[in-house]
This record gives sequence, C-alpha cells and structure tokens, in this order.
Amino acid sequence: MGQGIGQILVYAAVLIALSYPLGIWMAHVYTKEKGDVVERGFLRLLGRDAATDQDWKQYGLSVVVFTICFSVFLYGMLRLQGHLFLNPDHLPAVPWTVALNTTASFVTNTNWQYYAGEATMSYLSQMAGLAVQQFVSAGAGLAVLAAVARGISRRGGGVGLGNFWRDLYRSIVYILLPLSIVLAVVLISQGVPQTFHGHVTATTLQGAHQTIARGPVGSMISIKQLGTNGGGFYDSNSAVPFENPTPTSNFLEVLAILLIPFAQLVMFGRMVFARRHAWVLYAVCFAIFAIGVCVAFPAEQHGSAVLRQSGVNITNSASQVGGNMTDKEIRFGIANTALWATATTDVSNGSVNGGHDALTPAGGAVPLINMFLGEVEPGGVGSGVYGLIFYVLIAVFVAGLMVGRTPEWLGKKIEAREMKLAAVGALAVPTMVLVMAAVAIVTKAGLASVFNPGAHGFTETLYAYTSQSNNNGSAFAGYAATDFSTTLGTVALYFGRFFPMLAGLAIGGSLAVKKVVPASAGTFRTDGGTFGIMLLGVIALTAGLMILPALTLGPIVEGLMH
Amino acid sequence: MLRALLASVVAIVVSTVVLGFAYPALMTGVAQLTMSHQANGSLVMRGGKVVGSSLAAQSFSFPGYFHERPSATSPAYNPGFTTFSNLGPTNPALAQLVKQNAAAILKLEGPYNPGLTIHQIPVDAVVPSGSGIDPQISIAYANLQAKRVAAVRHLPLATVQQLIKQHTQQRTFAFFGEPGVNVLELNLAVDQQVSG
Repeated sequence: MGQGIGQILVYAAVLIALSYPLGIWMAHVYTKEKGDVVERGFLRLLGRDAATDQDWKQYGLSVVVFTICFSVFLYGMLRLQGHLFLNPDHLPAVPWTVALNTTASFVTNTNWQYYAGEATMSYLSQMAGLAVQQFVSAGAGLAVLAAVARGISRRGGGVGLGNFWRDLYRSIVYILLPLSIVLAVVLISQGVPQTFHGHVTATTLQGAHQTIARGPVGSMISIKQLGTNGGGFYDSNSAVPFENPTPTSNFLEVLAILLIPFAQLVMFGRMVFARRHAWVLYAVCFAIFAIGVCVAFPAEQHGSAVLRQSGVNITNSASQVGGNMTDKEIRFGIANTALWATATTDVSNGSVNGGHDALTPAGGAVPLINMFLGEVEPGGVGSGVYGLIFYVLIAVFVAGLMVGRTPEWLGKKIEAREMKLAAVGALAVPTMVLVMAAVAIVTKAGLASVFNPGAHGFTETLYAYTSQSNNNGSAFAGYAATDFSTTLGTVALYFGRFFPMLAGLAIGGSLAVKKVVPASAGTFRTDGGTFGIMLLGVIALTAGLMILPALTLGPIVEGLMH
Repeated sequence: MLRALLASVVAIVVSTVVLGFAYPALMTGVAQLTMSHQANGSLVMRGGKVVGSSLAAQSFSFPGYFHERPSATSPAYNPGFTTFSNLGPTNPALAQLVKQNAAAILKLEGPYNPGLTIHQIPVDAVVPSGSGIDPQISIAYANLQAKRVAAVRHLPLATVQQLIKQHTQQRTFAFFGEPGVNVLELNLAVDQQVSG
C-alpha cells in the first residue's frame, strides 16, 4: 500500500500547489474593470440584459431563463439527432424520457447518465449538445459564485452583484476554455480519440469482428473533468481506456476534478477580502477529502467479503495490486480508483474510473456520504462555495449563540433573513433526497430500477437520488432507467440546482446592502482553527446526522452481514 | 424577462458555434495533424488490416493465446458499448461468477501448472474489469498463463517469459499507476515469434 499512499500524497501536493495560483488568477478575472474587445462586442450583441449591473433577482432570472432556453434547445437536438448531421453511425432519436432526464442532467452541471454515450448519442449531440453544456453550466456556476462574493464584499450602497453575461463570458474564455484546450491536447497524446470518423470494425486475431466506437472524445473529456461535469463519451466513463488510457491521463484527469473547486476557495477569499478565512474553509474541505481517502483506500484494498471467501489471491504484491478489483482497471489499481471515487464526490463531478456499484460497503459509503453532505467539500464549480456558505452561516450562528452576541460574518451582521435562507439552503436538498429515496424504495415502479439484491439495492436507490439532487452524476450504475426513475430524477436535478443557487444569490443580495460592523474584541473569529473545527462539526451534525439512519439500512447493514 | 430571453437566444447560438463546433474542430485538426495514431483510436494493424486497438481488449479463447480479464459487456469485450458489471460486493451472483471463472482457469491452466490451487489465481483473472475492455492483465495472471502458451506454441518458457517482460507497461515515471501486461500486443508478439 506504500506505493499507493505515495501517489496520493504527490497528488495532494500538486493540487495545493496549482490551485493557489489559479485561484489568484480567477479572482483577477472577475474583479478587473475593463473587459477585452471581444467581451464588449459579445455583450453588445446580447442587448440590454448584458449592459446592466444586476441585483440578485435580475441575476438569478438571467441564469434561470438561460438554463431553461438551453434545455429546450438541447432536448430538441437529442430528439432530432437521427435527422441531423454528424451522425456517422446512424443513431436514432434519444427516447423522450431519457432525453428529458439527460437535458436536465447536463444543464444543471450534473451529468447523470441514463444512457450509454457511444451507443446512444450522435457526434453532434455529444460535442455540440452535451459538451457545450459542460462549459456553460460550469461557467454559470462560477458566475453565480462571483456574484455572491461581490455581494458579500460590498461595503455600503448599491444592490448590484455584477452582470451574469459578463461573468459567464469570463468564466469560459479566461478559465474553462484555455484549461480545456491544454488538457485535451495532453489527453489525446495519451490515446484519447479525436476524430469525426465513425466507428471502425476490426478483425481480431481469432477472426471475429469487433466494433470500436470513437469520435470527438478528447475535446469533451477535458471539460468534463475540469467543469465538475462528469458525463463521459463512453458508458463506463473514465474507466474506458479511450477516455483515460494511461496513468498519466488518469493523474491529470483526477487532478482536474479538484483543481477549480479548490482554486475557487482561494478566489473567494480574495474577492471578499478574507484570505485567512478562506484558508480555513480550504483546510476543512481538504480534511473531509483526506478522511474519505483514508477510509476508501484501505477498504478497497482489503477486498470484499465475497472475494476474501472465494479463496482467490487478493494479496498486494509486486506482480498484482490485489484487493477488490471488481469493475476496476489494471492500470489504475486500487489507490487511484479510491482516490478518484473520493475526489469526484467531494465536488460535484461524478465521473468515475471504476464502477461504484462494485465498491465495498465502506468504500461505497464514502462517495455516498460525500455527496449527501451537499456541494460543500468544496462542491461543484461555483455551486460548491455558495453551498458551503450555508454551513458557514449556521456555524457562525451557533457560535454567536454560544458567546451571546449577534452573529457576524466578514464584517456583516447575520440576521433572521440570512439564517432562514442558509437553513433552507442547507436542508432542502437532503430532505428531498430522503423523501425521494423513500418513495422509490416503497413503490413497485421504483423497485424496478434496482439491480443488486438486499441492502445493496437500497444503497443503489439512495445513491441515485443523492447523486442527482446534489448535481453529482456518479452512479451505482446498476440502477436502471425506467419512466419512473428518469422522471423523478429530472425533478431532483432541476430542484437541486436552482434551489441552493437562488438561496445563495439571495444571501449575497441581502449582505450587499448591509452596513459593515467593525470587528471588536467580542467578535467571534472565523479565521482560525476553532472556527474550522466548529464548521466541520456543523456539517457532520446537520447533513451527517440526516443520512445516518439511511446508512444503517444500506452500507452499514451490508458491511455487518459479512 | 424578455430582455433575458433575447440575450439567452443569442448566447445559445454563440456558445454552440464556438464551444460546440469551433473548439472540437480545432482540437480535431491539431490532433489529426500531429498525433493521428492516437486520435484515430490507437489502432493495431497486421498485414494491412486492422486487428484491434491497443486500448481495447478482444476475445481470446484459443489455448495458444494469453486470455483477457472477464468482461461484462455484451458480447464480451465490446468497445462499441462499454459497461461495468455493477455486481455489488455481497451479491451472490458475484460469488457464483468468481467460482465459475476460477474453476475454468483451474481446468485450463492446471495441466500445465501441476499443483495449481485457487489460492494462486490472481483476483483480476476472475472479476470483470471496469470498462469491460481493459486491455491489460496483471503480471501475475500473465505468468500463470505463460506455461500453457509456451507448451501449446512449442516455445521455450524463457522466451515467453521474456515476451511478457517486454510487453509489461510499467508505472509511469516508475511511480504513477500500476503495472500491467497488454494482452493484444503480447499475443501479436507470440504469433510473430512462432512464425519467426
């Protein structure tokens, strides 16, 4: 296991070293006054909505309208792909329930996939439909984060949070697109296909025919990893060698998962003039990530009960990695798959480089809990930080009660309105998850999706609604698409995206107009270790306790049975 | 509302043109010009014909070939429709599958490896891979199959072991990932060795 631990430590060091300068750059992108020539032209083209300083309601309206319009466009493309161009393998229209769920899934930065990409989606749908959403949904998330940060940092006067269209442009042109181009080139060099030619038929050494799916894969995989999207070109996602051919590609892809989410904490700290506070948030997120890896890696290396009892050799040695290799790839082994499973659910990425359904009970509980905590550690691109702010406010409030003062955060008084928004923002999604999972587990229509028997089947169901509601997109992939599951999932996807987003924007708008209260000796400091532990405790006690009863029915009972 | 609607329509058109067409077209152009082998799927040719991809497993059942890991795709090793097995860690179906696969390996390799027991079968040989087309097997599984391939092909065992070594893909920078043996490339090398 030493080799694996070494790889994970190097990963963590590179992540910290790169997220810091990127965060500084991102703060610069959203705070510079003057836009470039193309930006000014683009905004003029968009008309008056792009020319105003928007308050939180106008900003939110632009995001919602944009997302809904794009939903209609994308749904149309998926349904009509059979009649459109760039369809060399002549794939027919996507069935309407799957198209609806997929549309919701991609416009909300989730990328839950009730379909097999290489056998369902034309090249047009993949690159001009789904991959475009991977840019704009991530860009919209970052834009909202910038707006919330501006609201928090505003020192008296004015309700404006910036302009959505300008922030969207800058997210994509200055952050997402350049990184995607660089990553795509490296991934293609490792073996990720990038072609407009259709599938190729090979005659194998034994004389059989083998159909090899390819397409414009590299350009999609880079943004899929960078924008906390996760929706791959192939059904088995980044476990497929064509999406993730080598250890080098794997390292870069798993790095891309956490890069922008951690960088955005640095960016946030700079934009709200509270760098030490942001480092505390960074440390809390990092701690949750580290705990996850420390549970998942040994659990997977230890192997599952079935494998231990079978008698086959699962011992780690120089000639094999051993452990629970079910649905895992040789070139990644246990360490890199456990690392990926943890990282992809700490943020709302959801790509996988091995099958989560086949994870051991403890190894599978880590991604499940990670997602259930919400987009907080550090969550999706953009959406993560405003998700975390809900918990920060609750922590500040609890601390305020303890010391008997009105809670303050970053120089602003936190009052009833902000607390209501934070509580609702933090609790609405987990509540919805539990209700949906309960409905899906007691109805015949819901049970039809379950693949594995017993407690594991319950975990599959819980995982499905946790993943979609928290806009993650990873899956216990045995959970099948039915009219019931796709429809319920569609509701979860939209609600899980917009409810926290609007609550976050409302908090930003509310704080924007507040007067600054100078810090005094009695102010509870939010930039030290005490607050960090407080925040960890609040996250564990709210979302953590909400999922505990459900865990006892799923992974815990499954772990105890064997 | 109307203003936001108008802006949305323009933004959809612009982003689809730039991100949906220009960006992938640019990437495709660069890729096809500078690294067309990788960009076209790392296809493996023999005698002018495509025999597979070095990034995809294919079905090997002849005793003179090294065999791949199990695959959950339909049919097995289908790079046109990849899938996980999704078999949970306590699923009786997984126990059954492992038992069957192990029995098949004991039957196949036993005659060439006297005294072979289930405890010597590496785990990757009996459980499905993530993609269903994992092009690699562990070094342990390759070594287990070496005696059979050598015997069936009438090659010295040392030669076959040497081929395994040559086609073992080590950790990147001797550090990242895990080592594995590319089965298609190894079998091509075995074929070449035999035909001389």
